[in-house]
Amino acid sequence: MTEDMSRYPLRLEGDDVPMVRFRNVTKRYGPLVVLNQLDLDVSTGEMVTIIGPSGSGKTTVLRMLMTLETIDSGVIYVDGEPLTHMERNGQLLPASSKHIRRIRSKIGMCFQHFNLFPHMTALGNCMEGLVQVLGLSRREAEERSMELLDMVGLAEKRDEHPSRLSGGQQQRVAIARALAMRPKVMLFDEVTSALDPEVISEVTNVIRRLVGAHDLTMLMVTHQMGFAKEISDRVCFFFNGAVEEQGTPAKLFENPERERTRQFLNAVLDAN
Amino acid sequence: MTYIEFLQVHGSRMADGTVLTVVQFLLATVVAVVVAVLFGLMRLSRNPGVRGVATVYIEIFRGTSLLVQLFWIFFVLPLFGLNLDKFVAGFLAVGLNMGAYGAELVRGAIRAVPRGQWEAAVALNMTDRKRMWRVILPQALVIMLPPWGNLVIEILKGTALVALISVADLMFEVRQINIATFLSVQAFGTALIVYYVLARFLVTPFMRALERFMSRKIGRA
Ligand SMILES: Nc1ncnc2c1ncn2[C@@H]1O[C@H](COP(=O)(O)OP(=O)(O)OP(=O)(O)O)[C@@H](O)[C@H]1O
Ligand SMILES: [Mg+2]
Repeated sequence: MTEDMSRYPLRLEGDDVPMVRFRNVTKRYGPLVVLNQLDLDVSTGEMVTIIGPSGSGKTTVLRMLMTLETIDSGVIYVDGEPLTHMERNGQLLPASSKHIRRIRSKIGMCFQHFNLFPHMTALGNCMEGLVQVLGLSRREAEERSMELLDMVGLAEKRDEHPSRLSGGQQQRVAIARALAMRPKVMLFDEVTSALDPEVISEVTNVIRRLVGAHDLTMLMVTHQMGFAKEISDRVCFFFNGAVEEQGTPAKLFENPERERTRQFLNAVLDAN
Repeated sequence: MTYIEFLQVHGSRMADGTVLTVVQFLLATVVAVVVAVLFGLMRLSRNPGVRGVATVYIEIFRGTSLLVQLFWIFFVLPLFGLNLDKFVAGFLAVGLNMGAYGAELVRGAIRAVPRGQWEAAVALNMTDRKRMWRVILPQALVIMLPPWGNLVIEILKGTALVALISVADLMFEVRQINIATFLSVQAFGTALIVYYVLARFLVTPFMRALERFMSRKIGRA
């Protein structure tokens, strides 16, 4: 693949630099084109929700931003700087791992299956990145972790291992763990999909509070249309690896323009 | 001569041999663990050269006989200027051989740690090294302990071969006694029992306890 990189800016400048920008991003698995020349901007402090049918590439978008997947063409920018590439002598080259680590420090992610470290307590999970990555002292790390465990309502579970926590509790610890690193961008990939219905609100309540309290940019994939409608600044409907339609929740849910959006929303509503 | 009398006459000699067997076993195990972790990690390296070295090592040590390797290390290496004491050559050969098997256990266990754990470590922006040592290896350890229980028994049994380069272990002493007395049943019968007792009542319970301890530590129990 030899893409002409000169058409992409080395960095984003100006008044309204988005916190996240996907520019012409394509992702393939063998012959399967999962994302097709995706363009997507997320402004600082914005909460954007991605909805769409299974296999439309929603998770892939988040995973590329978290650098869990590489991209095949295009550029992803975070906070004005390229994430997937770096500037060398006025050219964009594929990013070194050092460059990726620097930009990646601005991003945090929560997963569908929590992915807590089973050999560490709730507190240990939160402290791990602070001590091992940010280099905080154990005391500072514990203090900051306890603030966040307190925020997610789990201060008294600090010494429990994940195996002794419910799914909802584990997911809240995972959110605390990610937030403790003070990312500028938080990614949520179906964080309630693996939960029993009665504990979903434990987790959505935490996310609700983040929308109010933090100057945090959020990108969330969800199948909970009600929640998406309630908390999003903008909703993107994905279809076949591209944004088919996007807009405010009111517009997208009440008044979709595209036939595919309508079909999808009807199917989801029927299912509920 | 009753068996009791046999033990009275030859018991202390066999006890000395048993001590040496245990020492050889412990040292061989240490070598095997170091080799296993080293080559297991190398097998997973992104660098094809590093991977290749590990693959060749594992192929050679698993593909040829331990006895031949032992003789190589003790009789052939000196021809290339590397003289090893028979005691060192003994546990080294057993450890290097069993470590090749252990490397595959390490590799398999690392790969059995769920993907989500690797991804969570990336999301926390850990370096590759910290991810391996702090997140992946502790969990891999719990996964690989049960098969290591078998391998450690193999190491114990493997040490019996060091008698063939005249390390005075249990097997060596028993053979000497047999040559001197022709009491084969008593001599080799005792060896059989001692190896069995060591394996069944010392090594296995220890490995089980270690398994239980580790899975408690990891919070899965
Ligand atoms: N590692 C992979 N190898 C091959 N194909 C993959 C891989 N990961 C994802 N895919 C494919 O890419 C497509 C998009 O996957 P993705 O996980 O982004 O979908 P999604 O929109 O999140 O779906 P869902 O709602 O089911 O989670 C799917 O067809 C999937 O099968
Ligand atoms: Mg998905």
